[in-house]
Amino acid sequence: MALDKNQIAQRIAQEVKNGYYVNLGIGIPTLVANYVRNDIEVEFQSENGVLGMGPFPFEGEEDADIINAGKQTITTLPGASFFDSATSFSMIRGKHVDLTILGAMEVADNGDIANWKIPGKMVKGMGGAMDLVASAENIIVAMMHTNKAGKSKLLPTCSLPLTGVGCVKKIVTNLAVLEVTSNGFVLLERAPGVSIEDIKNATEGKLTIPENVPEMNL
Amino acid sequence: MITKKVNGVQNALEGVKNGMTMMLGGFGLSGIPENAIAELVRLNVNELTCISNNAGVDDFGLGLLLQKHQIKKMISSYVGENAEFERQMLSGELDVELIPQGTLAERCRAAQGGFPAFYTPAGYGTEVAEGKETREFNGKMHVLEYAFDADFAFVKAWKGDAAGNLIFKGTARNFNPNMCGSAKITVAEVEELVPVGTLDPNQIHIPGIFVQRIFQGEHYEKRIEQRTVRQKQ
Repeated sequence: MALDKNQIAQRIAQEVKNGYYVNLGIGIPTLVANYVRNDIEVEFQSENGVLGMGPFPFEGEEDADIINAGKQTITTLPGASFFDSATSFSMIRGKHVDLTILGAMEVADNGDIANWKIPGKMVKGMGGAMDLVASAENIIVAMMHTNKAGKSKLLPTCSLPLTGVGCVKKIVTNLAVLEVTSNGFVLLERAPGVSIEDIKNATEGKLTIPENVPEMNL
Repeated sequence: MITKKVNGVQNALEGVKNGMTMMLGGFGLSGIPENAIAELVRLNVNELTCISNNAGVDDFGLGLLLQKHQIKKMISSYVGENAEFERQMLSGELDVELIPQGTLAERCRAAQGGFPAFYTPAGYGTEVAEGKETREFNGKMHVLEYAFDADFAFVKAWKGDAAGNLIFKGTARNFNPNMCGSAKITVAEVEELVPVGTLDPNQIHIPGIFVQRIFQGEHYEKRIEQRTVRQKQ
């Protein structure tokens, strides 16, 4: 069975280690916070200016002055801090944030990523994504393996305008966990019940398949 | 003490003219200068270039200026919440320059701090870097970006005093401090203008030297874009 969005988030949460400062993008990445082990110390950064983000507020306790980068009302945890946008991107550009998790429309087998624009159709903007992918050393992409038309999102080269070049290190999709290496995508794990053949068929970019590809442990 | 206090938004926006470049603080609808935006609508100034991370929503924030076609050009990082914006952009009525969010913040801070330009890795190898000078530092490519040059900066703070000192609240802080002192005239509107001497100098986020005019704002709506809550167990 291919994973749903929550299960993708659940698998990515296993990549979050003790002592990490983590930036979560909008969409599936936001869900990762729900699955991080509670016996480790982790702080979530949101680029609009908060470190130590907590869960959504209880009804009636929403505050227009406390939101995340997705403009959702949030809370803060003990030890949290607020700061201005330039300081926020100093944390990102200066490599103080340990892990960046974001969504993508396309990823190429050399680590290029496209996620901000479909020419002539959709132009929402890059927000903080270009700063994040240009500087972060540990970038995980959370996305579906194929788009709504069934076309692979893991490509030899991106067809959409790029967000960053050669920056993606790991991808978790509904079908697989893949690493991006100088040898293209390397299949690390497959979703429970998903065959290597399924993943090959859904991957257009160069795919290396090691001898042993275990099922994900969720 | 040098007094920066002006009486009301009309005095605060004196000198605003057609064709000017404006910085506006805020992230989404959080921390936007609601009073200054309302006054720009009332003044009906047009051909404006607006530097703001977002473009508001259809009926609030900068969306109000877009409705009346007062904006000629937007410089933003993310404009996804505004259908009228998208329509004006795709039809070519509105000139839009999309830039990385960290670059936007740093171009403000550079203007504030007297740096004419800086190198950043953000956008290298993408269309954002097209036509820009690039340079390698420590084995990594960077893009040259310039400080903004704006006529007015409109910011919103939580508390302030007549000396122009500002304190922000929560994530309503965002771009506001970076825009203070980054334009020829910085206009700060505050939810609470408190008597001079009552703010603890240790807690000031922006010293008054970066602010030319400050006024007590009125009727803050502080609209929430995405109301997300959880249920009590």
